[in-house]
Amino acid sequence: MRRAHFKFSWIVPLLLAPQLLVIFTFFYWPSAQALYWAFTLEQPWGGGNTWVGLQNFRKVLSDPYYWGSVRVSVIYALATTVLAMGMALTLALFVDRQLAGYRAWRVGIIWPYAVAAPAVGLAFNFVFNPGAGIFSVINTLSPGWWDLSKYPWQAVTAIVIAGAWKQVAYSFIFFLAALQSIPRSLTEAAAMDGARPLRRMIDLQLPLLTPTFFFLLVINITDSFTDSFGIVDTLTGGGPFRATDLMVYKIYSDGFRGFDYSGAAAQSIILMCLVMALTFIQFRYVERRVHYT
Amino acid sequence: MMTQKLATAAILALAATAGTASAERAKFEYWYGLTGDLGAVVAETCNRFNAAQDQYEAVCVGQDGYEKAVQNTIAAFRAGKHPTLLQAFDAGTADLMLSGEFYPVTKLMADTGVTIDWADYFPGIANYYSSSKGEFFSMPWNSSTPVYYWNKDLFAKAGITEAPLTWEGLEAALVKVKESGAACGLAYAPSSWIDLEQFSMVHNIPVASNNNGYDGLDTELLFNTTLHVQHMENMQRWINEGTATLRTPAAGKSSRDSFVEGECAVFFSSIADHNTIHKLTPAFAWDVQMIPTYEGVERHNTVVGGASLWVLSGKTEDEYKAAAAYLAFLATKPEQQFLLENSGYIPVTKSTYEALLAEGFYAKEPYINRDIAMKSLTYTEPGPLTRGIRLGGMIQIRAEWTAEVEAALAGQKPMKEALDTAAARGNEILARFAQTYAGKSFP
Repeated sequence: MRRAHFKFSWIVPLLLAPQLLVIFTFFYWPSAQALYWAFTLEQPWGGGNTWVGLQNFRKVLSDPYYWGSVRVSVIYALATTVLAMGMALTLALFVDRQLAGYRAWRVGIIWPYAVAAPAVGLAFNFVFNPGAGIFSVINTLSPGWWDLSKYPWQAVTAIVIAGAWKQVAYSFIFFLAALQSIPRSLTEAAAMDGARPLRRMIDLQLPLLTPTFFFLLVINITDSFTDSFGIVDTLTGGGPFRATDLMVYKIYSDGFRGFDYSGAAAQSIILMCLVMALTFIQFRYVERRVHYT
Repeated sequence: MMTQKLATAAILALAATAGTASAERAKFEYWYGLTGDLGAVVAETCNRFNAAQDQYEAVCVGQDGYEKAVQNTIAAFRAGKHPTLLQAFDAGTADLMLSGEFYPVTKLMADTGVTIDWADYFPGIANYYSSSKGEFFSMPWNSSTPVYYWNKDLFAKAGITEAPLTWEGLEAALVKVKESGAACGLAYAPSSWIDLEQFSMVHNIPVASNNNGYDGLDTELLFNTTLHVQHMENMQRWINEGTATLRTPAAGKSSRDSFVEGECAVFFSSIADHNTIHKLTPAFAWDVQMIPTYEGVERHNTVVGGASLWVLSGKTEDEYKAAAAYLAFLATKPEQQFLLENSGYIPVTKSTYEALLAEGFYAKEPYINRDIAMKSLTYTEPGPLTRGIRLGGMIQIRAEWTAEVEAALAGQKPMKEALDTAAARGNEILARFAQTYAGKSFP
């Protein structure tokens, strides 16, 4: 086989440069800065810092409340991912069936993705508010049963539902695109063999969706670890008593509100490692079951 | 080619001189945290300043909240693009004090030749914003102190006409109010500013060692060993017995809304809410009272809350002159009065307060009894334990206190254990702060 040989050309680095510059400025440089701060005690107003080695990490990892934060972050990530992808898949299957009015539904379902997270949080405030929201109806039947300031599981449920609602749209677009790329000849052949819609979904469409499914799993889990801030901030503020203090929210409240830049930097590094580890696990073990052809 | 370049340079130079000629007003930038109606009041003070003279120009930028104002200023400062003047709240300024990156206003005024009668400031306010040597760090402006608001109609129905000044008295009154058919006694929302900090001031008990942090950075929290513990246990008991009800936004309704709607008879808040409640026009008679003390304890002064104006380092002489002029403008009686008339804040200087009293300002609605706050603030001369609190990581310490107290109030743990945990975690924050600023002390 002949190998293609290219002469070195200045065009290549020149074309790559803008993209590399963007990545360097917005990812590598801040990450390096965070890594450095994580090993120091940084003065917020820039009066210098002292090297403290692993002290920041030891402090964070020995804090029982931090582990509570890790726990609830994992619960949140898994629950929103399952809920969002489940809903998105169901909706996509129905839209793909081209039921009455599916064009309108398709547009309607994509919209939530354009809504900013804090706005989602505010909207769900009207749903979940124990005093004035839709859920307050429960409290008229059984006073005090629904109280976000008292019951951690209710607060976690609230942010999971809000978070999942926001992510449904994104998964929906991909699922629908994947479903529509399945050759019609396949579904028609199956139909001629007597397979009813449900059977065609299970035996034909779902197996062909696995690459999309895997892609969305990775994206959704990563997203729910890093993009939950706005919802938590507007819906629960991390409460009641730290029950919804997700890792990314804790980084914000320690670093920006509490001026503990170094502690927040250490937490960012831990969060980054956790997300990388989870992504690695998914590629290592889940991707094996994915067929791309 | 060459001539073209020269021509461009000449035009640019001309434009530059023309620019300075037309914009001879020295500008300075001011970032403030107040939002909504109060933010509009800040913006209006800038307009008034710019209209009152033609030497200086204040460029005022709202930052959407006290916390964001400080956060944004730190980020800008690190990039060398910070404003000259910053409105900062007390809890966010320990780092600023130790960094030394500010221009003490006493020094600023002396350097720019502006005369301010520093002795005219109320000691409860002056002590809070000045160094151990009595030099003002920052300029007091929007100042408040906590009070409690009471529903006169609900109290009258229970046969009570006077607002009690002790916790025992308040409890007895609220029990009667509840017996007379009121749905809710005290609308309680745990607040470290009121329940911990101001409570400790008024009872002359320490929040932390080293005279509440003033005397060194090796400070430890003491609030889990003082009367504060019994007080918080009492609040829990009040809730259990129905004398108080927990009212937070997360629980469905804020304590202020619960009060304004006539549901709850009492709630605690800053005097700054006095104006807001007036605007909401509740359908009942109401008044304010100083926060209570426990029987057998001698009442002391409360301290100032709100925010003050900090002048930051690294700006030009012109900007400092302009900022000094603006600060001096704000300190005048008409400008203080403008703030009072458009907010619930209190006067910061004795002369302004006395002049307002003489004019009968506090004898007419909506200002009647708003000066209860002045009475509370000046009740005694500030002592070592009542001049304020100077702790690093105060925002985090407040958050620890709030989370633990909420857990205790929800029945997750006993109150004493919650306060012990909050103090222990707060001490770790203080130790970290001391380590960050090793070898330094508050000026």
